[in-house]
Amino acid sequence: MSQNAEKVLDHFNLFREPEYVDLFAKKRKEFEFMPPDEQVAEVREWTKTEEYKEKNFAREALTVNPAKACQPLGAVFAAVGFESTLPFVHGSQGCVAYYRSHFSRHFKEPTSCVSSSMTEDAAVFGGLNNMVDGLANSYNMYKPKMIAVSTTCMAEVIGDDLNAFIKTSKEKGSIPAEFDVPFAHTPAFVGSHITGYDNVMKGIVQHFWDGKAGTVPALERTPNESINFIGGFDGYTVGNLREVKRIFNLFDIDYTILGDNSDVWDTPTDGEFRMYDGGTTLEETANALNAKATISMQEYCTEKTLPFIAEHGQEVVALNHPIGVAGTDKFLMEISRLTGKPIPAELEKERGRLVDAIADSTAHIHGQKFAIYGDPDLCYGLAAFLLELGAEPTHVLATNGGKAWEKKMQELFDSSPFGKNCKVYAGKDLWHMRSLLFTDPVDFLIGNTYGKYLERDTGTPLIRIGFPIFDRHHKHRYPVWGYQGGLNVLVWILDRIFDAFDANTNVPAKTDYSFDIIR
Amino acid sequence: MSLTVEQVKERNRELIKEVLEVYPDKTAKRRAKHLGQYEEGKSDCGTKSNVKSIPGVMTIRGCAYAGSKGVVWGPIKDMIHISHGPVGCGQYSWASRRNYYIGTTGVDTFVTMQFTSDFQEKDIVFGGDKKLEKIIDEIEDLFPLNHGITVQSECPIGLIGDDIEAVSKKKSKEYAGKTIVPVRCEGFRGVSQSLGHHIANDAVRDWVFDKGDKHPEFQTTPYDVAIIGDYNIGGDAWSSRILLEEMGLRVIAQWSGDGSLAELENTPKAKLNVLHCYRSMNYISRHLEEKYGVPWVEYNFFGPTKIAESLRTIASYFDDTIKEKAEQVIAKYQPLMQAVIDKYRPRLEGKKVMLYVGGLRPRHVIGAYEDLGMEIVGTGYEFGHNDDYQRTTHYVKDGTLIYDDVTGFEFEKFVEKIQPDLVGSGIKEKYVFQKMGVPFRQMHSWDYSGPYHGYDGFAIFARDMDMAINNPVWGLAKTPWKTAA
Repeated sequence: MSQNAEKVLDHFNLFREPEYVDLFAKKRKEFEFMPPDEQVAEVREWTKTEEYKEKNFAREALTVNPAKACQPLGAVFAAVGFESTLPFVHGSQGCVAYYRSHFSRHFKEPTSCVSSSMTEDAAVFGGLNNMVDGLANSYNMYKPKMIAVSTTCMAEVIGDDLNAFIKTSKEKGSIPAEFDVPFAHTPAFVGSHITGYDNVMKGIVQHFWDGKAGTVPALERTPNESINFIGGFDGYTVGNLREVKRIFNLFDIDYTILGDNSDVWDTPTDGEFRMYDGGTTLEETANALNAKATISMQEYCTEKTLPFIAEHGQEVVALNHPIGVAGTDKFLMEISRLTGKPIPAELEKERGRLVDAIADSTAHIHGQKFAIYGDPDLCYGLAAFLLELGAEPTHVLATNGGKAWEKKMQELFDSSPFGKNCKVYAGKDLWHMRSLLFTDPVDFLIGNTYGKYLERDTGTPLIRIGFPIFDRHHKHRYPVWGYQGGLNVLVWILDRIFDAFDANTNVPAKTDYSFDIIR
Repeated sequence: MSLTVEQVKERNRELIKEVLEVYPDKTAKRRAKHLGQYEEGKSDCGTKSNVKSIPGVMTIRGCAYAGSKGVVWGPIKDMIHISHGPVGCGQYSWASRRNYYIGTTGVDTFVTMQFTSDFQEKDIVFGGDKKLEKIIDEIEDLFPLNHGITVQSECPIGLIGDDIEAVSKKKSKEYAGKTIVPVRCEGFRGVSQSLGHHIANDAVRDWVFDKGDKHPEFQTTPYDVAIIGDYNIGGDAWSSRILLEEMGLRVIAQWSGDGSLAELENTPKAKLNVLHCYRSMNYISRHLEEKYGVPWVEYNFFGPTKIAESLRTIASYFDDTIKEKAEQVIAKYQPLMQAVIDKYRPRLEGKKVMLYVGGLRPRHVIGAYEDLGMEIVGTGYEFGHNDDYQRTTHYVKDGTLIYDDVTGFEFEKFVEKIQPDLVGSGIKEKYVFQKMGVPFRQMHSWDYSGPYHGYDGFAIFARDMDMAINNPVWGLAKTPWKTAA
């Protein structure tokens, strides 16, 4: 017996005690009927080979460890960014339990969202009654200012018509006729979570601008000098949006963040649970029609939203999750160009500080090879920053990246001497990445929490940047946008590089001559 | 100034009345049947259960897929479980349940991986059977040491008319009788995770047991038992198994935490099935009794009182040597248990707890809290049935508030009014209550700690409850310049 009341052994250490080690060995030997150790070792080695990689890349049907989620997750992400808005996902209820858990594990915050809880009878007869009852219940219980409806794949497969269902619900008195219920169909079998974000963002904007599903006249645009900003699906939304607001405030311009979820996913512990907090007001959302232009920070999160906005007479600018000096330069110069305002001196100084930091540290990053995976825009922003640092983004992979993204990434590689040996992988998954890390190894891996399995298997040190991050806390509170954000990313990369240096040089009398006190 | 039982009951009645006021009439009537309190001497908790959740209320429940892939099948380590349909379900349930296992992941074991058919529009339109066939081929090619495959259906499968049973049979024949299990656990089936458990149990019966004895050479002993319904969260099954082995029993199978296909296959050879999570695995236990004559017994390994009781109950099925050894095991751990209680009970005595969990926990953990001098003032099941609420009567006190399939709104109001010292529930609830300044422990994942089962687990349980409640952070929640008056 190893357990001890004085110093309680956790699972980390408890199961390494001899009685458990013995238990595991006996269980395996007598009851599991597992393959012999030699065979396991042999197959494990085989999975590292070029031959295995070729088989792996020849896969046509199976997906293993993808780096993407489904549309409604993005739908919920977008919806909670609006003032007192309750996301309502029409379809099976288990999906909503999953979205709420997923976000809570990343942000360490509550995520409020309801389901219409459709079951077998709804599969046969359609989910109209679920919508009628569900809207009434949500409206009465949770007192939202708006309910944003999206769909699970179940509702999509049976073909439920949201527009008609919401109209009927209003006719039946579930909710007042004038209550705002924007909607978007978000089938899980099309695109990914970034597509769902796009659909809901467009759905909400369209609701307010184009006459609330034919119930009121469409708004007339009266252009003003304001700028709209859309962040896209972003694990750093809390830190990023606050940084973006600071930047806009320094510019001293009118702006509207469409889908501002930076407060609802960062509420205080002070004795009160805030189901809703902050967010873009419904009035601001309507007035956003009048803005001079809309900037999207993530092109592939707004593929439908931006053209929709452009059709309404605004200029639109699509960026690709800019990280670092040149990316931020472009972002600020676009704001300046659109508004006619000069870039504030304070930001100019911050720029110089970021360049200073890069100059101080570049020797340690220069020439290091990186593998990156994540959403398409994030991959682009990170790769561009690495090139700027003189590093090589050797493998860049987005499971939800398409042909256009692939081309754009290649153009980025072609624009830099450090991009010469870099390759882009659209539509591939993390099991592909595993092969790449064995057959064409890199020095560091950048990705979300699931990258820890790649780090364990291939020994490639992981720098956690992406979504979701479940096993490190509070990273989402830091921006990665703006020069300040660039500095954060630089430091995260450097910390891991120095950790790797130290781990590689800490054997006494063998390697510790390089265990330098100054690096 | 603690309340009398009658005062508690009056408060509970008022509280229930108050939360129901917010609902539209129809919904209030339906919800009223799920809220109540235990009345001493009654055979159940007076609440309805296992009926459909009401749309729009923010139920905490999941779906049949979660019950099958996430709970029952997912932990079987040497099989590959395909999340068949769109990408999301497998993504959100990827490695999040902490089903510990030993193995070389991606080579001989696959629990913390996400295999999906990643359905696209064309698969919905033209059907996914061809794709599934190809997926099985690719699995065989890339993961040659897998011992079997399960097809975990997501919602669209049952709606588009795919025949995954035919594909499974065909491919099984092609791969020399390989175990390939189609599971009809589409998320829209049933009212919660619960039906998924049942469907998954039935799939074991039909696609594993009914394929005959795969290990005729397996030598049995009179002391063979199988652990049923332990998912090895944070190592729970291990800290349970060790006790059964110490009392002289031979654990031939773990269902399903750290379990292998061979263990499932050999379970009919056990002399006794010991069942922890009754809710999710009573079905297969009954089947094993009916078809193979293996008796089953429920046990509870939370907290020393219930552990000792359970060890004696299990031993009663065997001869005197086992009974004696059970006593020795109880005696061996007694000093450790006393030390744990001496250390933590003074810090936790009289603290009030509200629970809302799934499976067996809304009742099973009560004894462990009581061993620490704590009191359960409210409890409820996410997906319990009436037999769960009947069993609960053996655990709860007169006037305990009961809430079945609680809504986010109700739970928040109950906690706000009752002001317990601790809430034990899930990740979706955790931060709601922590914001309110109420200490919280996740009682599904053990809040990334554990094990909580067995004697080794109780020490961790006690330490964790203490660190949640007696944590300096709760003293910081109130802003000092706003607390005056």
